[in-house]
Amino acid sequence: MSKTVPILIASIVGFIMIVANFSPPLLPVRQIAEDWFTIVATIAMMLGGANLCLHHLKKISDREAGWGFSTVTLLSFFITIAVGLLKVGAVPESEQQLKFAWSGPFQQEGSGFWWIYQYLFSPIVSTMFALLAFYVASAAFRAFRAKNVEAILLLLTALIVLVGQTRDREITSLFLPPPVEGALPYFPIADLTEFIRKTFVTAGQRAIMIGIALGVVATSLRILLGLDRSYLGGDE
Amino acid sequence: MDFHSDTNAKKEIITTRVKSGGQSAFESLVFVGKRPWDCRERVRFTKKTLAMLLFLVVFPALSLADESAGSTKQRVWFDTGKTSFALLTIAICATVIICTELARRGKPFYVRPIAGLLAMEEAVGRATEMGKPILFVPGIEDIKEIDTVAGLMVLSSVAKMAAEYDTPLEVPTSRALVMTAAREAVQAAALAAGRPDYYNEDRIHYITDEQFGYVASVCGWMYREKPAACFFLGKFFAESLFLAEAGNAVGAIQIAGTAETTQLPFFVAACDYTLLGEELFAASAYLSGEPAQMGMLKGQDFGKLAAIVLLLFGCSLATWDSISPRGKSEEGQNLPRRSQWITDTVLKGG
Repeated sequence: MSKTVPILIASIVGFIMIVANFSPPLLPVRQIAEDWFTIVATIAMMLGGANLCLHHLKKISDREAGWGFSTVTLLSFFITIAVGLLKVGAVPESEQQLKFAWSGPFQQEGSGFWWIYQYLFSPIVSTMFALLAFYVASAAFRAFRAKNVEAILLLLTALIVLVGQTRDREITSLFLPPPVEGALPYFPIADLTEFIRKTFVTAGQRAIMIGIALGVVATSLRILLGLDRSYLGGDE
Repeated sequence: MDFHSDTNAKKEIITTRVKSGGQSAFESLVFVGKRPWDCRERVRFTKKTLAMLLFLVVFPALSLADESAGSTKQRVWFDTGKTSFALLTIAICATVIICTELARRGKPFYVRPIAGLLAMEEAVGRATEMGKPILFVPGIEDIKEIDTVAGLMVLSSVAKMAAEYDTPLEVPTSRALVMTAAREAVQAAALAAGRPDYYNEDRIHYITDEQFGYVASVCGWMYREKPAACFFLGKFFAESLFLAEAGNAVGAIQIAGTAETTQLPFFVAACDYTLLGEELFAASAYLSGEPAQMGMLKGQDFGKLAAIVLLLFGCSLATWDSISPRGKSEEGQNLPRRSQWITDTVLKGG
């Protein structure tokens, strides 16, 4: 029962969503299904918050490796919630709002929550994102080792694309003179880069995307027909 | 209650179900009368449930649709502009279902071996030998994404293998709903492996919805615990390379798969095995080994064949157009290209 009902709901709603794509009057039903998902996901978020607290509290109490980070996580979690819920630093935006306590929006510019986002969260995320450059370099170093013919081809293609992306006209024109005096020089490498990107990369990506589309159809059918229910815990 | 006898009873139920082909309630509804193992009670129950759902879901849906259609002058129940797209959808779905039914009736189908999937048991075995945990990341998107669902389906197989070898499996999630589904999948897999005590819900936990917060936590765990095998199967964005490089740094055997074409090169560069696009969706069926699911994979191949034929047809028409253009109409306007129909209807989805 605990598995049959969810599968039936998934099947019926899934088929309605497919039909709605071709039948305009069913589009509001699709919207309702999306609203339901939002409601369920919001409830689940509370579950996630509770799980986060329990998980880190357990780590702290067991003195597991990295328990100090758990303390920082929990402190940040509770401080952010408190600042957001109590609307620290938020002021009413209109005269009507003056009558009501805590009537200003919590994300208001200058509020505590805004400050945390702007000056703590945002820089940390930017820092993490910036690290990506080093990871790309490290992965590229390993991938472009010329150990066989395929790797050499990959390396050459990568070099062409890399050089073609630069804005230096002398490099990308291979130091060739312009065809007519006063005109812009040729861009053999830049053109080659564009050719590689538009022809080989696009063709490869489209081939993968066709496969993905067919895979999505087959997986969706497996789910809608209840053939594969391992995502719900199988038959148990 | 005797714990062992309880476990044995559960195992017996599982074995009976596996022997009977593990048919779902929905199949029993569709194929009533063809299956001797479908007991009447179950069919009656599913019929009752279906009737209840029809009453709760379908009728309100239709009445709502009727209301919205009623507000317009003429009720248009089918968007005729999408006819070709609808026919294509029906054709592909029909092919997949026919192949499933053929496989169920015993027709053997060859499915090519996928290196990444064959290496899964090797990865779990390696972790067992080294006495280190396994990491499974089901992507960073919610369960409404098909990639995440595909990842969870593979999780079920990996968890079963890990339970059989008694190797700890860590599943950090970035969505609470995914955490709930992952717990269900791992618990069921442990039960199916005959090791209900293996399931530890603390190992499947929620971290944060925030992309880089999640990455920081998972990478930190990887550097501390040094897992021997890492699985990254689901929907990934910029974090793919962070995770794969961290796994590489700790010397783990890595198997990744995603349908995000922009992230595939990162996984290919940093992981030992990569499931490219459709292979991720085929993984669960492939690992299950069930004839019906393998038949679906064959149906996919027929879809690919249809795509190839369409591509060749479209390319031929486009070449013909460029070699000998159609010229102008009597009014002096350029006639549309021969390949225009394919561009307008098939490629643009009607």
